[in-house]
Amino acid sequence: MPSAPTRVAVKLAGISKRFGAVAANADVNLSIAAGTVHGIVGENGAGKSTLMSVLYGFYQADSGSIEVDGKPVIIRNSDDAIGLGIGMVHQHFMLVDTLTALENMMLGAEPHWLLKRANAKVRLALEKLMQDTGLHVKLDALAGDLPVGDQQRLEILKALYRGAKVLILDEPTAVLTPQETGHLFKVLDHLRSQGTTILLITHKLKEVMGLCDCVTVMRAGRVVQEMPISEASIESLAEAMVGRKVQMGRMDDDGRPAGEVLLALRDTEVRDEMQVLRLAGISLELRAGEIVGVAGVSGNGQSELLDVLSGLRAPTAGEMSVAGKTFTSDAWLDPGTARTLGLAHVPEDRHARAMVMSFAAWESAVLGYDGLPEYNAAGWMRHRAMRSATAGMMERFDVRPPNPELGSSKFSGGNQQKLVLARELGQSPKVLLVGQPTRGVDIGAIEFIYSQLRALRDAGCAVLVVSSELDEILALSNRVIVMNQGRVTGELAIEDCSEAKLGLLMTGGGH
Amino acid sequence: MSAPHALPRWADLVLLPLVCLAVALAVAAVVVALVGQSPAEVISVLVRGAFGSARGISYTLYYATTFVFTGLAVAVAFHGGLFNIGGEGQAVFGGLGTGLVAIWLSATLPAWVMLPIMLVAGALFGMVWAAVPAYLQAYRGSHVVITTIMFNFIASSVLVYLLVNHLRPTGTMSVESAPFADSAKLPSVQDALAWVGVEWPASPLNLSVVLAVVAVVAVYAFLWHTRRGYHIRAVGSSPSAAEYAGINSRHQIIVAMGLSGALAGMVGMNEIAGVSGKLLLEFVSGAGFTGIAVSLMGRNHPVGIVFASLLFGALFQGGAEVAFDVPGFSRDMVVMLQGFIVLFSGAMVYVIAPMLAWVMTRFMLQGAVRG
Repeated sequence: MPSAPTRVAVKLAGISKRFGAVAANADVNLSIAAGTVHGIVGENGAGKSTLMSVLYGFYQADSGSIEVDGKPVIIRNSDDAIGLGIGMVHQHFMLVDTLTALENMMLGAEPHWLLKRANAKVRLALEKLMQDTGLHVKLDALAGDLPVGDQQRLEILKALYRGAKVLILDEPTAVLTPQETGHLFKVLDHLRSQGTTILLITHKLKEVMGLCDCVTVMRAGRVVQEMPISEASIESLAEAMVGRKVQMGRMDDDGRPAGEVLLALRDTEVRDEMQVLRLAGISLELRAGEIVGVAGVSGNGQSELLDVLSGLRAPTAGEMSVAGKTFTSDAWLDPGTARTLGLAHVPEDRHARAMVMSFAAWESAVLGYDGLPEYNAAGWMRHRAMRSATAGMMERFDVRPPNPELGSSKFSGGNQQKLVLARELGQSPKVLLVGQPTRGVDIGAIEFIYSQLRALRDAGCAVLVVSSELDEILALSNRVIVMNQGRVTGELAIEDCSEAKLGLLMTGGGH
Repeated sequence: MSAPHALPRWADLVLLPLVCLAVALAVAAVVVALVGQSPAEVISVLVRGAFGSARGISYTLYYATTFVFTGLAVAVAFHGGLFNIGGEGQAVFGGLGTGLVAIWLSATLPAWVMLPIMLVAGALFGMVWAAVPAYLQAYRGSHVVITTIMFNFIASSVLVYLLVNHLRPTGTMSVESAPFADSAKLPSVQDALAWVGVEWPASPLNLSVVLAVVAVVAVYAFLWHTRRGYHIRAVGSSPSAAEYAGINSRHQIIVAMGLSGALAGMVGMNEIAGVSGKLLLEFVSGAGFTGIAVSLMGRNHPVGIVFASLLFGALFQGGAEVAFDVPGFSRDMVVMLQGFIVLFSGAMVYVIAPMLAWVMTRFMLQGAVRG
């Protein structure tokens, strides 16, 4: 930090924390000026969360000291942290869905033993707080009924209500639409102007550049860079995070026109058990040599679309042609058939679908392909072939650690995703469906995954990418389909796309 | 946030069960001392009774054989994500199958035809008895825990009905069938060893112990070396991932439960064909439920189940000796000891494992400092 005469709100000095053989934090120094937004960026496992957990009292540091407002403190648990004016908004909200917003707010901090009086007191205090901060939440709605953005505001309000002067936000935009993100940033800006100190943990560098005053980059448990935002750029931050130069944006396409239609979906409709319409009259074509991006706020039918295309779910109406075969809604294809037709699928949910977490990596690496003759002889598993095939996948896709015996759950998100991709690309599919290709994946691995998807496209495969990250859609696609409430609200060539235009289509406007 | 109690694999498989067993024994020792007996004496009588003589070992192995069948039955279902509480009823039905074919055919068929038929009939009866709850679970969503419990009662009632009303020879008072002909008698280990010239004391131990060993190897090979076993484990660990892989989880439920029932059904070979030589009541006497504890303690792995079965076999045999030898020490005390073992190796594992992990990290850190 330059020698500004600002007050230091929080100072961490020489923090080290080990878990077994892993040094999650090694001699970390961090000082946060009061009334600023301080970004902490780093890949998964860089030690950001551990550091914040030390500050919030979840963990005790093995060594090092913490100062709050210039006074040395010991933080044993989150009660201590709250007492010192430190509040945290977790990535996964800590709300009781069946209680109202107001009840959530005072849970654990009831000002009176009579609920009625407590309610009245808290309501009064909150209405003033909402007025002051511009954070508005319906206090009498059930927390579970609130939209995600409101739930987050509720969490922030909760922290402020308990007297937080330092607010830690862990990946706050992971669940928000672009519009909600914009709103959140306005609120944070306002809080900053009122003197709240904000610690923003994120891996989205654009957000850091847009909001923060100062940024700290962590890698492998250490601080590798700390600078005012005026001296930082997205490229330099990305390089500091990964430790080498990375290419994140759009590659120059060779502009080859897309080839023949490999998959065609016609007038497809999906209703769930409650007869609610999830997909309405969807028709789309995937052509050889193109990447089609499906943009949309999560929960607008993208998951159902992937399920239908991959055979996990039969639609209530519609038909699909793939590899010269046509399926109708009453005789839909199943995932096994899809694979034999060259239709591969990298599911959105890695933990529930793409791998069996309790299996060794080599067992997960043959999931869905265990019937291939190279893996199976008259019903007996050919373990040696499976293991060596897995070792090959790990080598080609740089999966770390390259150990086929390790449990599937022991790999980081990025390495799990690389293994799943290696498995699905291994049989040279004609059509590849990818859901959230880089969710929970490090920057270094993102670059690699993008290059693999592009290579597959260039080899003549039709690729469908569903992603809630607009940047990802823009970086990969040749053509973009926008979905809202189970309908296609727009289809644009990449040249015609802009974030504003897509954002409008995503919210159902535009027509 | 790494898991706080990540034990190394060897410690999880070997050390943890031993520690659990030690804690259970320690707690039981306190209770023994409280009722005024010497824990050391009880333990030494128990161990000597179970392993101290060829006869004791034979009895231990005989009990263990039954537990291997019921333990494997629970484990196979467990790997398919199903909690089969119905081992008891499936064993009853298996014994019924074994006994029925013996009653009908043993007078006319030679042993080398009769015994395989009895084995197949027992396995088939057990399989069918498990397949009904499996079907209800797979296609109708009735929870297998509930249905298998109810099927236990039905099975024992069916057995009572058949014995009392149809199979009991007229004029006898005891509720059991007429003895089978000799061709339906599975040779005892004493006889088998006598053929090769080895002298061995008389005991209920019979050749089904060999069948149990075969079953252990077969279950291991099936679960970890066949595609079908892989599918069952995939469905058991993650139904959604199995669905993604194109595995029909309904089929796997039927197969896993069917196999489970067949394994439980083999109890009849040990108890009916090997020992009693006639169909009677109570030949399972809770072994189906003990199988749950055995499988739990053996971490649902065939090798672990062998050790857990031996432990429970030893407890049964040694416990009987203790009840006989130590005055004032009843059979109920042995049941209490079994209860502690089930408690500590089942439920309390989750309490003991983090403590063990903590102790081990302390130990390793110290080693690292010194080294």
